[in-house]
Amino acid sequence: MPSDFRPPASTPRRTHFEVCVLPYLDAAYNLARWLTRDDADAQDVVQEAMLRAFRYFDSFRGGDARVWLLAIVRNTFYSLRAKGASDDAHESFDDDTHGLIDEQLSPEARVLLAVDVRALHAALGQLPHPLREAIVLRELEECSYKEIASITGQKIGTVMSRLARARERLKTELSRSSTEACRHDV
Amino acid sequence: MMCDDARLLLHAYLDNELDASQSVAMEHHLRHCSACAAQHADFLQLRAAFTQASLYRRAPDALRVQWSFPEPTSAANAAPARTRRAPIALSMAAGFAAALLITLPAFYALHRHDNANLTVEEAISGHIRSMQPQHLMDVISTDQHTVKPWFAGKLDFSPRVKDLANAGFPLVGGRLDALDGHDVAALIYRRRLHVINLYQWPVSSETAAVSVSQQRGYTVIQWTDEHMRFVAISDVEESQLQQFVQLFRNDAVSPLMR
Repeated sequence: MPSDFRPPASTPRRTHFEVCVLPYLDAAYNLARWLTRDDADAQDVVQEAMLRAFRYFDSFRGGDARVWLLAIVRNTFYSLRAKGASDDAHESFDDDTHGLIDEQLSPEARVLLAVDVRALHAALGQLPHPLREAIVLRELEECSYKEIASITGQKIGTVMSRLARARERLKTELSRSSTEACRHDV
Repeated sequence: MMCDDARLLLHAYLDNELDASQSVAMEHHLRHCSACAAQHADFLQLRAAFTQASLYRRAPDALRVQWSFPEPTSAANAAPARTRRAPIALSMAAGFAAALLITLPAFYALHRHDNANLTVEEAISGHIRSMQPQHLMDVISTDQHTVKPWFAGKLDFSPRVKDLANAGFPLVGGRLDALDGHDVAALIYRRRLHVINLYQWPVSSETAAVSVSQQRGYTVIQWTDEHMRFVAISDVEESQLQQFVQLFRNDAVSPLMR
């Protein structure tokens, strides 16, 4: 990873890049951090994504720079991950097998949700990548379905069903951890 | 609408992605189906949990520094600002561009003495400083009638304080700060996960046009109302900060809201 990279000296192109793209550095890092679940890895992904963005900046034809950058961050993450070929690199995800579960949030889970951000943090980290990226883009970046579809290269219908599944899973996970917490107390 | 349809559409409803007729159908269904209404309540709770700030991971400073320019802060460092105008000049006819290039230094010289740029710089620094742990607020309150009196005796003016919670910009507190050589009142508002700092101090001029600028990923909006200078800064989208400023100003002139 070229972590010692310094962007080139000030040029009009670089200034333009700074104005268009740099405002979304936090968004880029947030997405990378949630995909990698690790500070150092997230920095590597963002660093590489920013390099790619800078390299391809000439091909950016206006439009929404945030969507453009987040799509690059996402692609960078998946390409670096495939290269690293870690144990869960071939996590497959089938949109059809992850059905909706008919379960309501227990009163304990509701309380947990309100007071313990760590539980949500952990549950979010446990989601499969396709669900995690959808919910992070929606809830933390406040992207529209259209924007998420454009970033992830999915159809809007797929985005909607992934968000539904992500939320159902989080609910189930939080209900489970609240039950465990209760048992622990007893 | 049947529950099976509602299960999926509920999320689009939650995300404000349904068209008007589907929204109405969903509202109708939620009024009459307690199971789906309970689901809806659960997901609203989940959404509320997502607004807790610690879930959003901001880029570390090292990364930001690496990708930022040093900003032109002195006259000696005027070159980057000039290059920012270069693409515009290039797009014009050659003769026109030449003429424009000749006038650019003069244009810049005029602007250099305008302390608006300096204020933007200081506002951004102040905003970033305020984001450090424990620096954001001196008085923590969502009540304008607590925040406003808190400033009494600490400043030689009484700042305007409005609560815009109904419009999605809740007031969360206030703090003393210094900007542009003045002691200023800083009000802190939130927009979802984002912080908005609103600085104000008295000036002698009556009114000045709203000016919007963007630097280092922050939007800064400045204006003057009734001998009071205001500077709003945040990393929210520009349109949202515009909306905030509009609301604050509208509120300020409405006698009913006083």
